[in-house]
Amino acid sequence: MPVVASSLHPATSRNAAGGPASSHAEAANSEYLWTLNFGPQHPATHTTLRLVLTLDGEKVVKAEPDIGYLHSGFEKLGESLDFNQYVTIVDRMNYISPLANEIAWHHTVEKLLGIEITPRCTYLRTILAELMRLHDHLLCVGAVALDLGAFTAFLYFFQQRELIYDIVEYASGQRFHTSYTRVGGVLFDVNNLWADKVRSFAKNFPKIHSEVDRLLTKNRIFVDRVKGVGVLSREDAINMGCTGPIARASGVVRDLRKDEPYLAYADLDFKIAASKNGDCYARYLVRMQEMLESIKIINQAIENIPSGPVNVELEGKSVLPSKPAVYRSIEGLIHHFEMIMPNRGFKVPVEELYACTESPNGELGFYIVADGEPRAYRARCRPPSFIHFATFQHLMPGYMLSDVPAILGSLNIIAAELDR
Amino acid sequence: MDFAALNEHLGGLLKSESFRDNTRLIVPAAQLDDLMSHLKHHLGFDMLSDVTCCDYLEYPGATDRYGVIYVLVNTKTRERLVVKTFVNDPAPTLPSMYRHWKTADWTEREVYDLFGIHFTGHPNLQRILCPPEFESHALRKDYPLKGRGERHNFPVITRAES
Repeated sequence: MPVVASSLHPATSRNAAGGPASSHAEAANSEYLWTLNFGPQHPATHTTLRLVLTLDGEKVVKAEPDIGYLHSGFEKLGESLDFNQYVTIVDRMNYISPLANEIAWHHTVEKLLGIEITPRCTYLRTILAELMRLHDHLLCVGAVALDLGAFTAFLYFFQQRELIYDIVEYASGQRFHTSYTRVGGVLFDVNNLWADKVRSFAKNFPKIHSEVDRLLTKNRIFVDRVKGVGVLSREDAINMGCTGPIARASGVVRDLRKDEPYLAYADLDFKIAASKNGDCYARYLVRMQEMLESIKIINQAIENIPSGPVNVELEGKSVLPSKPAVYRSIEGLIHHFEMIMPNRGFKVPVEELYACTESPNGELGFYIVADGEPRAYRARCRPPSFIHFATFQHLMPGYMLSDVPAILGSLNIIAAELDR
Repeated sequence: MDFAALNEHLGGLLKSESFRDNTRLIVPAAQLDDLMSHLKHHLGFDMLSDVTCCDYLEYPGATDRYGVIYVLVNTKTRERLVVKTFVNDPAPTLPSMYRHWKTADWTEREVYDLFGIHFTGHPNLQRILCPPEFESHALRKDYPLKGRGERHNFPVITRAES
């Protein structure tokens, strides 16, 4: 196990808060330090992000993330696309769990417009949100294992991700960027065959999970690389705004699914996984446990999904009519026209609000300012990756260069969401 | 949260609004630091969830230009609060919240980058998403969606020069 707090050299000492010690400033001027450019293209960053590391031998003295390589103005685009069109952009933020972004976006829009979605849609979105949590955690755990040399676990988990892709494709027609949710509902309803696919996935998943659990959790090589590495204290986690699995691994027992229940979470029985250690190993364990809880939620929701319409009533003039209605009836055609033409459509209040959901990575919130037009005047996204990556410069000093992939992986930074 | 007591502490300059489940406090820029410090140290808002901004240039009925928005969370009572303050051209400036919450580090840099609002007391107020050579502030309403051709005029380093 790497030595965390070495007293050999001032440059490697760490204060209790986990931040860089004051001696770092003087150490940064010393000649024996060298600089390493980590990224923008590096196998362990997985996406395009750059770290400038100042090293003393192999010990990291200072880590400066340099971000913005994938900045593509998503928030600016949100000001010219309407509430339904923008779903194609939010898809591309955290593309590891696209539906979680869509659900968060339309959750906010529906709250702004005052739309109450149908019970069937609530349950359907809950199932999809939990599938996305699995989707994200599977990749995160798999990729950490891969970066630390455990290739098998990655393949086992990636195969499960393929099954989730199949389920999502069956519902929406798309594997990756699904664009499935709509204001007041979803694009298509699901059928019994889809439910069977979800059931069989949920039935077989715990077996794969336990195999990977046996491969990693007590694996000496893996545990030595992650235990005691990248410790984030409870106070720091709160002060730096951490949410989701990262905060829970540091003992901040906060989960929006329980604290501010949305969708169907209030009716379902599940537990919150948490740990007190705050290191990479704790974050790994929290994610592994959350996957089993997600399966529990999916099992309950798929058995209790109500029948009935999946979209809200057409009278509310907030949801698009189905294609057969548009092509075969004059009312449907008029309704469609009213919704699609730029000067008609949604009745939007001149107001603003913040709403958030518990995405796999943490609190994913949107702040929408509306000026009465059918599109957002300002569409701010609160991306968990952005908030979490800001902790990296405080987590890294004092650890070895080889700990960079472990810490980076455990924070689960998705660069597209980070830079937007 | 007792709004009346809080307003008295701030000298009656506070305004409260609510919409759906959001509670908003509108505070003059001069009293922002006072309010935030009170919220953090006496009312238990220990987490700053987000800092963002909106340019109200074309907003119906708006009198001020930039609204800076802080989303606060009390992790014990699960309470959520939105604090909003307004600043104007030519030199929009606010005190940095970094000394209360470290979340403000990157979020305020982003607001500086995309809206051009200065935060005094911020340890490292540099552009974060756009490159340092970029001169405009992209999310301001007077900045066009298609940009001003900055990308086409970026200096190109050829292989011979490198």
